Formats: sequence, C-alpha cells, structure tokens
Amino acid sequence: MKKILVVGNGMVGFKFCEKFVEHQDNKGFKIMVFGEEPRPAYDRVHLSAFFEDQDAKALEMAPREWYEEHNIELITDERITAIHRSSKKITTTKDLHYKYDYLVLATGSAPFVPNIPGIEKRGVFVYRTIEDLEAILAFAKDLRSEQKGEIKAAVLGGGLLGLEAAKAVLDMGFEPHVVEFASKLMPRQLDTRASKVLQEKIESLGIHVHLSKATNRIMGEDAITGMEFGEYDKIDVDMLVVSAGIRPRDELARTCSLEMGTRGGIIVNNKMQTKDPEIYAIGEVALYNNMIYGLVAPGYDMAEVAINQILGNREIVMKDDIDMSTKLKLIGVDVASYGEPFMPVEKGYSIIYENKTKNLYKRINVSHDGKTLLGGILVGDASDYNMFHQIYLNGLPIPEDAEELILGSRGEGGSSFGSVADIPDAAQVCSCESVTKGDICCSITDGGCTNLGDVISKTKATTGCGGCKPMVVDLINETLKSLGKEVKETLCEHFSFNRQELYDLIKINKVKDYDEAINLFGEGDGCEVCKPALASIFATITMETPNRQVGIQDTNDRFLANIQRNGTYSVVPRIAGGEITPDKLIVIGEVAKKYDLYTKITGGQRIDLFGAQLNQLPLIWKELIDAGFESGHAYGKSLRTVKSCVGSTWCRYGMHESVTFAIDIENRYKGLRSPHKLKGGVSGCIRECAEARGKDFGLIAVEGGWNLYVCGNGGATPKHAQLLAEQLDEATVIKYLDRFLMYYIRTAGPLVRTAPWLEKLDGGIDYLKKIVIEDTLGIAEELELEMQGLVNKYECEWKQAIEDPNMSKRFKHFVNVDDTDDNLVFVPMRDQKMPKAWS
Amino acid sequence: MQELLSQYETVKETQVKVWFKVGLESDFPENSGACIKYKTKQIAVYNFKRKAKWYACQNLCPHKMEMVLSLGMIGDKDGIPKVACPLHKKNFSLEDGSNLNGDDLKIATYPVKIENGIVYIGFTDKN
Ligand code: SRM
Ligand SMILES: Cc1cc2nc3c(=O)[nH]c(=O)nc-3n(C[C@H](O)[C@H](O)[C@H](O)COP(=O)(O)OP(=O)(O)OC[C@H]3O[C@@H](n4cnc5c(N)ncnc54)[C@H](O)[C@@H]3O)c2cc1C
Ligand code: SF4
Ligand code: FES
Repeated sequence: MKKILVVGNGMVGFKFCEKFVEHQDNKGFKIMVFGEEPRPAYDRVHLSAFFEDQDAKALEMAPREWYEEHNIELITDERITAIHRSSKKITTTKDLHYKYDYLVLATGSAPFVPNIPGIEKRGVFVYRTIEDLEAILAFAKDLRSEQKGEIKAAVLGGGLLGLEAAKAVLDMGFEPHVVEFASKLMPRQLDTRASKVLQEKIESLGIHVHLSKATNRIMGEDAITGMEFGEYDKIDVDMLVVSAGIRPRDELARTCSLEMGTRGGIIVNNKMQTKDPEIYAIGEVALYNNMIYGLVAPGYDMAEVAINQILGNREIVMKDDIDMSTKLKLIGVDVASYGEPFMPVEKGYSIIYENKTKNLYKRINVSHDGKTLLGGILVGDASDYNMFHQIYLNGLPIPEDAEELILGSRGEGGSSFGSVADIPDAAQVCSCESVTKGDICCSITDGGCTNLGDVISKTKATTGCGGCKPMVVDLINETLKSLGKEVKETLCEHFSFNRQELYDLIKINKVKDYDEAINLFGEGDGCEVCKPALASIFATITMETPNRQVGIQDTNDRFLANIQRNGTYSVVPRIAGGEITPDKLIVIGEVAKKYDLYTKITGGQRIDLFGAQLNQLPLIWKELIDAGFESGHAYGKSLRTVKSCVGSTWCRYGMHESVTFAIDIENRYKGLRSPHKLKGGVSGCIRECAEARGKDFGLIAVEGGWNLYVCGNGGATPKHAQLLAEQLDEATVIKYLDRFLMYYIRTAGPLVRTAPWLEKLDGGIDYLKKIVIEDTLGIAEELELEMQGLVNKYECEWKQAIEDPNMSKRFKHFVNVDDTDDNLVFVPMRDQKMPKAWS
Repeated sequence: MQELLSQYETVKETQVKVWFKVGLESDFPENSGACIKYKTKQIAVYNFKRKAKWYACQNLCPHKMEMVLSLGMIGDKDGIPKVACPLHKKNFSLEDGSNLNGDDLKIATYPVKIENGIVYIGFTDKN
C-alpha cells in the first residue's frame, strides 16, 4: 500500500481526493489529508454566501462522512510545519510525524496584506476563510450597536475579490468605499473604457470608488478611523477589508529547499512535479509557467494531472496556455473577459461597442485576417459570453464581417452565430469541472440521461460557478431533439403536460377541482409549483376566486394578502387608476392607525398597509369594504393596477381623458387571474407620464385615438411594450385587449409574463397582430366572449371571505388557542414600525 | 434565535410521554396546514388527505427563523410528503424533517394521533 499525503484541504486538495477515488486504477493507494482550517474543505468561490445565512455547512464540498466512506483519513485543525525529504516524512504542529510515498502540496494562498503603517489596527480584515467572515460580521455587529450614524467601510483593492467584498459591505448596510492603487477597476481583466463603464455603474449603486490611491497610513488609536493617501487626502472609515492580491503559501517549500519563484510559489513542471519528483504542488501554491493562477478551474486541472502522474499515466500533462477567461456578476453587473482581453495592435484589431446610457461595453479582438476571435471583454450584458468563449477556445469560424458578432446580437435579429450544434465535441463547456460538449451529449445518447437534473448528476457540469448552465440547457434540448425526443415543457414532476395543455384538458373535460385533475392527468400528491398553476387555470376558466379551493393556493392567495418577511401580511385596497377621494383616503388613514399598520404609497399608484396579523385581516377588510373598497389583488397573479397620468382633465398637454380610461380598464379586468401578474398604463399624451410602455399593456393618447402597446414590463429585465395598433377608438381598444389578454392567458407558461411570452411566440409581434387584429385563427370572437364571461362573473373575494361563516378558521394563527403569534418583533422606524431585521 | 430553535427536537412515536389534544379533525383544513400552540412551542399540523395521513412539525422555518411553515403548501417530492416554506420555498420532508433541497437545514417532526375525531400531538415534554 503506497501512501499519498495531501497537505491542504482547500478546494483543490479536496478535488484531488474526489478525482482520485473516482479513478479506476486507484487500488493500492491510501490517502491522508491534512487541513489547517477547523473544518473540511468548503467552496471558497461562493464564500460571500456565508454573509447571507452564516451557514458554513451549506458551503462544504463534502461532509466528513464522505472522507470516511472513501477510506480517506482527514485530519483538520492541524498544520504541517516541515517536510523531511530524506526520510520522506512530514511533521505537524502537534509534533506528529507521517511517512509518505507521494506528497501533494495544495496549501493554496493567503491574502496579501501590504505593509502599511497601522494595518494591524482593530477593524482591518482579510477575506478568505469562514473565520475571516465571522470576524467581519462580529465587528460589524459591534459597530452597529455603537450606532454612530452612517457606517463607512473600505475595501483595499479594486480587483475581482475587492469588488465582491464591496458588495458584501454594501449588503451589510454600510457605505462602501473601494480604494485601488491602479488607475482603473479590475486592472487585470478590463481595459480602461470597460473599467470606466463598470465604475459608473457601480457608483450609481452607491459604491464610492477611489482610484490611483496609495495608502500611506491607517489612522486611528486602537481601531481604524480612516485611511490617509496624502497629506490632505484622507477618507474616514470604520472598517477595512484588505483584498490586495494573494501570496502563495509556499512556506513548506522553504523547509526542504524546493525551488521557488522570486515572488513566491513552488515551481512545478507540466507534470505538477516540484524539483523533487515525489512531491507535487497543485492549486494556488503552484507556480506553473511562471504564473500563479488564482482560479479554481486551473487548480482542478492540476489535480487531475498530478493524479495521472502518480498513477502512471505519464502522458497526461498540463496544457501550455491556461484559459483565464471569467464571467461573473459583480454587484449585479455582468462582467466577463476571455482569451486576450487587451491586445497589442500587431496581433489583430479590436471592435468596440460602447453605450453609456445603458452601461454596456463590448469588445472583441480579431486576428488581422478577420478569421479568428482572439479574446474580448463584456460589461453590462454578458449573455453572449458562453458563445464567444467557445468560439475563442475552439477557433470556430466567425462571420466575415466580424462586427456582427457584437452588433448583430443587438435588438431584433437575434444572435449572429450559429447554434450550439456547431461547437465541436471536444469543446469544453463547463471549465470548472472540465466537462466537454461530448460528455454532455453522450450522457444523453448513451448514458440514459433525459433531463438537466440527470446530466448534472452524471457529469457534474454547472456545479462549479454555474456560468455554463444556459449552454448546457441548450445542448440538452438540441440533443434530445436530434434523438427525435420531444423536448417537453412539463409543469413539474406531477404533471407531464405544459400549462396550455392542462388548460385545454381541464376546460374540455370540465374538470371541477385540483384533486380530480391530478387523478386524471397527473401523479403523486402535487407541490408548490403545480397547485398554484392549476389554481390559476381554474380561475381563468371559471373566474372562481381563491376562496373555493383554498388548499391549492399559494400562501398569498390563500390568505388574500401578501405575506411579509416576518409572517405578517399587507393590505392593498384597489384604487383604480390611482384616483381616490379624500374621504376614502381618510378611511385608509383611520384603519391604518387603528391597527397600527406601516403605510406606504406603492410604485403602482396605491396605498399598502403593512404588518397586519392573520386574525386582523378580516377585521381590517370589513372596515375597508364597508367604506366602499375592494380587494386590490396585490397578492395574486392577476391584474394589479392600470396606472394613469392626469390627462386632459387637468394637464395642459393632455389629449384624452387618461384617468377615466385607466379606471374603466382597471375595473373591467380587476380580479382576472393570469399566468403572471398583469399591469397596464394609460398616458394622456406621448410624454408618457404613466409609463404605459413599461407595462403588459399600455395606451398612449394620440391625435385621433389611442395607440395600443403590448408586452412590456419593468422589473429585472425591463422591456418596452411594442406597438400593436394605432389611433384606435375606445371600444376597439377594449376589443383588442380582450383578445390579446385571453390569448396570452390561454397559451403562456406558468409565471411567464407577457414580454417573455411574446419573445417565444413564433412570429413575434407580427403574428400577434394577425391574431388580434386580422383574426387569422378565427378565434377572436371566442376570445372576446370568454373574456366578457369572466368580466361578468367578477366578485370581490375579500367580500366573499368576510361573509363566509367558516372564514374565521382560516385567519387564525393557532387552531387550539386564541393567542396571536408572540414571536413577532417590530422596531420603530421614522414614526412608524418595521419588522426586526433578520440576523 | 438559537434558543427559539433549540426547543424543537424530533419526537418519535415510541418516545411520547404526553399526547396533547389540539382540536377536532374538522378544525384543520384538508391538504394544507394550520398551527397549534403547546406551551412555548408553535407546531404546524397538516391533514394530508391525499395520503390519508397527518403530519406535524415545528412552525419555525430554520432558514430565517420565522413562524411560517404551517402556511406553506404541502405536496410530495419523489413520493416523499413535504412542505414548502412560503417565504423562500425551501422544502422539508414531513416524514423526517430533512431538507429536500440538499441544504443542511432540518426541522423537527412530531407524531400525530387521531382518536374519535380528535387530533393529538405527541411530546416528550423534556423541554
Ligand atoms: C409594494 C410594491 C413596492 C412598493 O413599495 O412600491 C411591490 C412589492 C412587491 N413586488 Fe413589485 N411591488 C410594487 C410595484 C412594482 C412595480 C411598479 C409598477 O407596478 O409600476 C414593478 C415594475 C413593473 C412591472 O411589474 O413590470 C414591480 C416589479 C416586481 C417584480 C418583477 C416583475 C418582472 O416581471 O420582472 C417582482 C417579482 C415577481 O413578480 O416575480 C415583484 C414582486 C413583488 C413582491 C410581491 C415580492 C414578494 O413576493 O414578496 C413584493 C411584495 C408586495 C407586498 O405587498 O407584500 N415586483 N413591482 C409595489 C406594489 C404595487 C401595487 O400597488 O400593487
Ligand atoms: C471570496 C473569494 C471569491 C473567489 N471567487 C472565485 C471565482 O469566482 N472563480 C474562481 O475560479 N476562483 C475564485 N476564487 C479563488 C479560489 O477560491 C481559489 O482559486 C481556490 O480556493 C484555490 O484552491 P486551493 O486549494 O489551491 O487553495 P485554498 O482553497 O486556499 O486551500 C488551501 C488550504 O490549505 C490549507 N493549508 C495551507 N498551508 C497548510 C499547511 N501547512 N498545513 C495544513 N494545511 C494548510 C489552508 O488553510 C487552506 O485551507 C475566490 C476566492 C475567494 C477568497
Ligand atoms: S424591489 Fe420589489 S421585490 Fe424587491 S425588495 Fe423592493 S418591493 Fe420587494
Ligand atoms: S424562511 Fe423559510 S425558506 Fe426562507
């Protein structure tokens, strides 16, 4: 039995073990792993997630039992202090000795902390281990309890990690400052213009950026109070996270005189061997080709090479050039660079697209003959990254006019590169786990996988950074299609139909409730995906309210209110078109006061009352309904608001009465359930104060009538609505709206809003025009009748609920006692209250 | 917070010392949940009609420490009965309280007994 000792149980040390046990020729070896940290290896890449939930276990690469099961001895909390090459032994901090046949050094790196006077002060941290984060959190908590107004925290270093740390600081509610020595952010990945675009974007998010700053001194007595760059150039900060680069942890090499680089790192050859052929170095401690690669993917490749070398597969060696392409979302901003991001003119030329208003920057570097993509940068929108990266890695052909690569993919025309089918089989799709296109396709053609879940468990693709997921999904769909298998959108594991099919099945078979539907067309007992989806289908066929099948409603619909952070609810009465009388305003005020509710004007032109307990909901609604209010359906996937501007009644530019029309439309469709929420807007002129084009349907008053726009939204992926028809009279608007909405409700997938629905609709807006205006499918009348039927059946579900004698049962916190939830804690805020923050 | 959580420990039917009466069968909604109070504990009770079974677990979601699990939707994942937290949809097995999304978070479960239309939950009364 030969013994392999692995020093360092970080990401790469773990990967070495994992790959080793999966290797077929691993008999005859015993692995022992030493880790200095108190816990088994964890996912450092997603370290920041720890700030959200303080859940160290969730980050674990594998639990301790995994090591036991695979006969690997794991010793944590123990550092190796010396290597004795002559006796092939190592020594630990506990002064124990272990003998090795092969030694694998995976000791990673440590944050580089520049030698600035005062850097040892309290409140200065690094950002690499769970313990570092715990220390930051503890300090942050103390700072908060001292509460001296706005707390400021700086990050030293504007690279990748620094910006990630800045985001963490921002999330902690502190004012973040990024201090960078270079004259731009992310100097290693981005060119100056890209960097500028990124900077403007993150500054708009409240992060202060200080460039070209050399810190002379950390100010403060015992704890940090500020940073000094020059005599008159200082900033006040209460905390500092140093993220100024990494230094390989090569101290062990010194104890046994292995060869090292001048700036650190243990020198290895392409077999990952150090000067001593029985000692390997992998990961961030290894200096290969005179470089330390601060990313996991190259580290994982090194682990693979070392294993093969130890097991005698001598031909497997490390590639010469290592792909350092990266794509990330930094503070919500896409940033990617691949291949050669900056390129000297002698190698080729660059095409750059920059749009300051949208914080977009795209650069591609192309060889002089225009045939090869050498690299590039994307900021603001990196959705094309996977494709560019594949083209670069595999030398795929690019359009004759290379600019189409970045310009063609704007707007309508879709992308100008081919489909995933064109990538060669050897192309690496998931670089974290080295999974090729071939691996993915074979897992389906020969490996019996039939969906994304199967492919992930078989190949591990997407389990690293997750960036390749869209491409993996495309590959799976393409492969399934090529096998003649239908790529079926199904609702969930309980129904192998899509929403449209179920809509038809339920309607045609006159299915009366969820149980009957799952017995007839599904299997199992349902879940939180299919229950609300079917509830929505029932509602749009019969206009039933959530009061009929209470058990299948999403929690919000079940209680006819939006559940909040702390399990209390909000109350939103309908205020159609945003118009409200002073008397009604007074009622809202009185109700809010009586039940001590936090009150806010919403983004949808109405008023939201927050913090109601379950048992209070019927009482509150009773008072509101008595005063003439109705449910605002803010909790439902249903019509929310039709926003209006004041229009011709008051505005000097108004062309038509937009408020009246908005109210009419809102009242027509109120209560209408749909696949996702629906919002409308009506503006009195093209100045568009109602933001109608940011809504699922919007009307803008023009000379001679109304222009009707459809399929817009705000939210995470804003889309402007597109023009459906011009200069319509009001009756025609309603007619078209009925048709459009009903057609959407029938055919969209669950939780798909109108804009993504239109995007997937074959033929797009032109096809939609044909259906709605020209009635090419011959269903227009049917759609109108159906909508009119639903409109006629509208009932306020809150009125139903408070009149129902059984209602009080649903709105009680406890079944067995009349107590209310004593776990609720509110704290004061600006003369009102809010729930206590999550810790 | 941790204190709140530490009150809840899974009780096996064999360990029950106290069968606490929580109400009539008809007090509980079918195929969804409701909450009961026992001393300082909040327990979610589910009448899983489709499986003709009853389940009980802590009402406290271990994710953000909110008393919400009784409000979640129930169903099954690969045949295992489960509840989905209404706040962030983490799924917990109603059989053994384990987390079905693969996280480490777990919840405590309690045995339920129905006798003559009356619903009882079993406690050990250790804490
Ligand atoms: C209360 C309100 C914020 C405010 O204080 O103003 C709000 C609050 C919520 N919004 Fe919103 N949105 C509110 C106006 C908006 C607007 C503005 C508007 O309507 O003009 C938008 C952008 C317009 C749009 O929808 O296109 C908006 C885009 C979203 C989105 C993103 C939708 C998308 O398609 O991308 C979500 C997430 C979702 O629905 O999946 C969301 C989800 C939510 C939820 C329901 C999140 C949740 O699940 O808890 C919030 C809870 C509401 C509650 O009452 O508990 N909210 N939300 C606004 C209520 C308006 C109302 O009177 O009903
Ligand atoms: C916040 C953060 C975000 C990151 N994001 C990304 C990203 O998005 N993409 C990406 O590719 N990379 C990212 N990285 C980098 C990535 O985490 C590293 O490349 C990777 O962890 C390197 O693995 P390693 O095993 O070589 O080193 P490490 O993970 O550091 O592991 C080395 C281990 O060895 C232990 N050790 C050291 N010396 C001894 C000794 N003498 N005896 C015993 N044990 C010892 C250390 O305590 C440590 O646990 C990120 C890093 C951080 C900190
Ligand atoms: S943007 Fe909407 S969903 Fe997000 S926090 Fe605000 S209210 Fe909630
Ligand atoms: S609080 Fe339950 S999942 Fe987040």
